[in-house]
Amino acid sequence: MTEFFQFLFSGLTVGAIYALIALGFSLIYNASHLINFAQGEFVMIGGMATVFFAAAGIELPLAAVLAVLLAVVVAVAIERLGIAPAKGTSAVGLIIITIGAAILIRGLAGIVWDRNFHSLPPISGEEPLVIMGATLLPQSLWIFGVTAVIALLLWFFFAKTLWGKAMMATAYNPLAAQLVGIDTRKVVLVSFALAGALGALAGVLITPLAPTHFQVGVMLGLKGFAAAIVGGLGSGLGAIVGGLVIGIAEAMAAGYLSSAYKDAVAFVIILLFLVLWPSGLFGLRGIERV
Amino acid sequence: MSERSRKAFSVLAGALTLGLIHVAQAAEPIRIGSFLAVTGPAAFLGDPEKKTLELYVEKINAEGGVLGHPLELVLYDTGTSAKNAVTFVKRLLEQDRVDAIIGGTTTGETMAVIKLVEKAERPFISLAGASVIIDPVKKWVFKTPHTDRMAVEKVYADMKKEGVTEIGLIGGSGGFDKSCLKNAEELAGSYGLTIKATEQYGKGDTDMTPQLTKIRNAGVQAVLFCGFGAASTIVTKNYAQLGLEGRLYHNHGSCSKRFIEGAGAAAEGVRLPCAALVVADQLPEDDPQRAVGLAYIEAYEAAYGEEVSTFGGHAYDALFLLVGAIERAGGADPAAVRDALERTRNFIGVDGIFNMSPEDHLGLGPEAFKMLEVRGGNWKYLY
Repeated sequence: MTEFFQFLFSGLTVGAIYALIALGFSLIYNASHLINFAQGEFVMIGGMATVFFAAAGIELPLAAVLAVLLAVVVAVAIERLGIAPAKGTSAVGLIIITIGAAILIRGLAGIVWDRNFHSLPPISGEEPLVIMGATLLPQSLWIFGVTAVIALLLWFFFAKTLWGKAMMATAYNPLAAQLVGIDTRKVVLVSFALAGALGALAGVLITPLAPTHFQVGVMLGLKGFAAAIVGGLGSGLGAIVGGLVIGIAEAMAAGYLSSAYKDAVAFVIILLFLVLWPSGLFGLRGIERV
Repeated sequence: MSERSRKAFSVLAGALTLGLIHVAQAAEPIRIGSFLAVTGPAAFLGDPEKKTLELYVEKINAEGGVLGHPLELVLYDTGTSAKNAVTFVKRLLEQDRVDAIIGGTTTGETMAVIKLVEKAERPFISLAGASVIIDPVKKWVFKTPHTDRMAVEKVYADMKKEGVTEIGLIGGSGGFDKSCLKNAEELAGSYGLTIKATEQYGKGDTDMTPQLTKIRNAGVQAVLFCGFGAASTIVTKNYAQLGLEGRLYHNHGSCSKRFIEGAGAAAEGVRLPCAALVVADQLPEDDPQRAVGLAYIEAYEAAYGEEVSTFGGHAYDALFLLVGAIERAGGADPAAVRDALERTRNFIGVDGIFNMSPEDHLGLGPEAFKMLEVRGGNWKYLY
């Protein structure tokens, strides 16, 4: 049983990070029906910028805040300079723009910062907690906590605030939303800003556990995307459940099956979902209106 | 003479003088070609290699060159692509007509060009790790870095000394990792070791506790980590988190201060084989590698203001092995230089003491590695 809990803790920690990344995918998808493949780069910016701001002598908490803000600025820039001018381009065209943006950001990070690995100190120590014989790092608790708080905040934002409702309206029907006076362009912009912040937050939280690097966003972005697909693109709850499902499936596969095939697990899961259940666990069934 | 014409005159005089100097020095330059992964995923290897070559070619030329000939370095950046490596080596051989080639930061780039250099018959010193480069021996191909097999041998010898018999292995899915795992499996028997568990992790993984839990449950006395980069930190931290008993060994991929910085307290007690350069200042006074290592560190850090890495050391050794061979051959004739390279005896380099032979185009033994342990956030030289 001990090992089961050990695998579960590993899966939950990694899964919560995937969930934060998946939330970014869902937010942007909701606002613009666009899949932003630069999402992983926000994670990289979160980690790398914190490291380099801290190295420049800024207090760590402030460095983390600045890093999140930097990711927001980059996300807004992608939307303003990449997505907005390409209005009317096909969905595939827009996706390619985001892939281009991701490659650009990665390249710039490698030049402006560096190509080395960097770590951050954990928020509250490295002394592991022992639960049911399995060990859990305090950093994992921080990750669970922050993910839960973010989930609640997002729920509140979408269910209770006018801005959130405007974003939901845009997600359901952009044209109708525009007709009732919602500035849908701003909605897309805000979704990018939020996605940037979420990604960067994931980057700040994971860096004490797994070092950051200018290319760290590639795999994390893909795993987050897988989580978003499994949960159902556009669903907040789905993103979180999807993240945890992928994280736990990977950990269990590594623990009970062959660890050599662990990486394949996430991708096998996406394939199964895309073929058998394309709308995901909590996604809306895609309806084509004529 | 007006101010203006005086200026023109002095410029002309200067130009003439420079021209004369040039003519006087016009002993044909010896052209050394190089192709390195200065950018791309292996940039952390290729960048210090490039800096080292440029630094020392300049130094050698400032001191009068080799046999009175200046060295000319023709260097291309492959971007860590074996395809680009092939293109650039063709250019080095056909267009730049270099006398010898140093390069190939990674094994992939090196293996891709071996056919070309063998056909063109130019001495080629690779800076890549794997043993396949020189095993079997290829007439024109040499290399300077220790092989991954030697690293495993060094680790296994230490395990045997510590009375360990049952071990676990953990590594990634990359070429370096796989080669290390393969060597570890092949060599275990000859050191009386039984491998109880072999676990793998994927590219970009952020947590290896499931794999290490399995290794722990297999009941092992020591674990060898076969990987590098971010994973070295994660595995070490997870190892400490799970409280595995028995020592964690790393291979030479972790011989960088970044590893200790990244893993922090979890790195304490980790043992690993590294090039002497890493602990040059801790080597005993009578160790011949001490002086070479310290001189290289001083020159590199003075020139670039950044910490040396063992990778730059490979380029240092390659350049001076080549220079030594040219001097002994009395010129840059490729065949004579190749023969001289193969007869290199007791060359004291940064990586170790080289003794080449027709059967061994690397010339280093396992003793070229030093066994280190992480203590108090720093390297401790053991033996």
